Amino acid sequence: MKTSLIAAVLSVGLAFPSFAQDKILNVSYDVARELFEQINPAFAAKWKADTGRDVTIDQSHGGSSKQARSILEGLPADVVTFNQVTDIDVLAKGGLLDADWRAAFPNEASPYYSLPAFLVRKDNPKGIKDWDDLVRDDVKSVFPNPKTSGNARYTYLAAYAFALEKYSGDQSQAQDFVKKLFANVPVFDTGGRAATTTFAEKEIGDVLITFEAETGGIAKQYADKGFVRVTPSLSVLAEFPVAVVEANAKKAGSEEVSKAYLGFLYSPEGQKILAENFYRVNDEAVKAEFAAGFPDVKLVTVEDVFGGWDKVTAEHFAEGGILDKLFVNQ
Amino acid sequence: MTASAHVTAGALAPRESRLVPRLLIGLALLLTAVFVVVPMVYIFHRAFAAGWSVFAANIAEPGTLHAIWLTALVAVITVPVNVGFGIAAAWALARFRFPGRKALLVLIEIPFSISPIIAGICYLLLYGRQGLLGPWLLAHDVQILFALPGIVLVTMFVTSPFVVREVLPLMEAQGSEQEQAAVTLGASGWQIFRRVTLPNIRWALLYGAVLCGARAVGEFGGVSVVSGSIRGQTNTLPLQIDLLFNDLNIVGAFAAASTLTLIALVVLVLKAVMESRRG
Repeated sequence: MKTSLIAAVLSVGLAFPSFAQDKILNVSYDVARELFEQINPAFAAKWKADTGRDVTIDQSHGGSSKQARSILEGLPADVVTFNQVTDIDVLAKGGLLDADWRAAFPNEASPYYSLPAFLVRKDNPKGIKDWDDLVRDDVKSVFPNPKTSGNARYTYLAAYAFALEKYSGDQSQAQDFVKKLFANVPVFDTGGRAATTTFAEKEIGDVLITFEAETGGIAKQYADKGFVRVTPSLSVLAEFPVAVVEANAKKAGSEEVSKAYLGFLYSPEGQKILAENFYRVNDEAVKAEFAAGFPDVKLVTVEDVFGGWDKVTAEHFAEGGILDKLFVNQ
Repeated sequence: MTASAHVTAGALAPRESRLVPRLLIGLALLLTAVFVVVPMVYIFHRAFAAGWSVFAANIAEPGTLHAIWLTALVAVITVPVNVGFGIAAAWALARFRFPGRKALLVLIEIPFSISPIIAGICYLLLYGRQGLLGPWLLAHDVQILFALPGIVLVTMFVTSPFVVREVLPLMEAQGSEQEQAAVTLGASGWQIFRRVTLPNIRWALLYGAVLCGARAVGEFGGVSVVSGSIRGQTNTLPLQIDLLFNDLNIVGAFAAASTLTLIALVVLVLKAVMESRRG
């Protein structure tokens, strides 16, 4: 009995061996599983062709702040592919990578990007085209609670930036605009996934606001419902930063393959996979090929409109900040 | 028998006692149906909504298959250790009076009363890179967190009280007369344990082990903190369900969830059998 148990454990252990080959752990945000399931085999094939070596890429997905925390506590990530710049900054502060990590790769180390956009019901019965339409009395919007969801914070900032532009920079008019938007939300879910369920399965609301990349995936998932994707005239740039976790990669001897892996995201082949997954990219040829799926939009950055994440966190999202006022007084 | 007594016993009381129990039984059945049966049936309905072959393909997906295996492995390690710990602790508490006995009783029950996520965070703070033992572990290349040892440790912590709590009351109720008799007849310590103590507690022990196993298989919160969620390596079945669900892979999530539910149902049947044996 005892020996057979040990034998069973051993044999299962041998079924998942670690080969003497290249191996990296990519620690990533929570909705990127399908994306990297397509990226990883494509990179492995290229790595094999370039170097003749095999590479195994392990994936870990979770909320990107939680992932950063785990890496700080010893999760042996070789590379990170996150959806928040601040979560990589945390790793830099923890001494795991260089403070100027954004200079290591093109486009501020963000190989792809997205923006808050809309998903509306079949044939867009309410004629929703822009942020203006979301403050109409007959339109109900669905997005998660900006107090708990990073996704919804982008929505909040995009609506705020749109209103600032519309009212030529008048803060109080912009805040009234956002307040009206909040008043039109029937239910604030805690996260993006729950908001998607509210909109798509419980059929509550006229429009779901989330990242453009998400609206593509949701429309595909619920193809029978005929949801229509709508891109507003203005939105906020949402970056997806990447970095090699130098301390871990050095220890594991995986620096070269880690760098090549992240570099692959910038290659035409990588960019094409990204565009197929509804992320916007910078490669000109890929951009031209997928132009129909990505309507023109005026993109503003958190740095330009709100003075950076530290400032926006202190002014808007901190306890008693602008968000609290607009949220409570709705 | 007086007339009034006859009325109380024959007419009033029975009518009342028939109506109220029926109402209560009906209510209990309704609530059970709404809160337990319907969601459970729904899990299986959703898992098989796209057909048997899609269900099979989702279970056979390497990530899910590995999660099932890992979850089983964690239970296979956790349960025997906790059975050993449970017997030792129950025996010490039932047979001996010593200073700190009350404190030990309380300590053993701590995992029942605190949230598993606190256990996870404690282990993170203890074994993490920035934690108390972290730097030493790092220097010696010992990986505890974000690997099997961390998951097993947290699961052991969460499930440690089950066996003790089942065995201890029985040992206390039975007393030590039989063991004392065995001593006077010249039995050795091991003989007493094997021939007297163990047979007396075996059903409670098995019952505790089954509960411990069920809890180990389903543990989410604590494991979520220390697992690192590396697919195909440290993702347990509950974590895999969460991952698939967040991925909009509804059929996959429900397929994995139905597997976990099935394990729970098997455990439930085992538990019922043991309860009847235990009498």
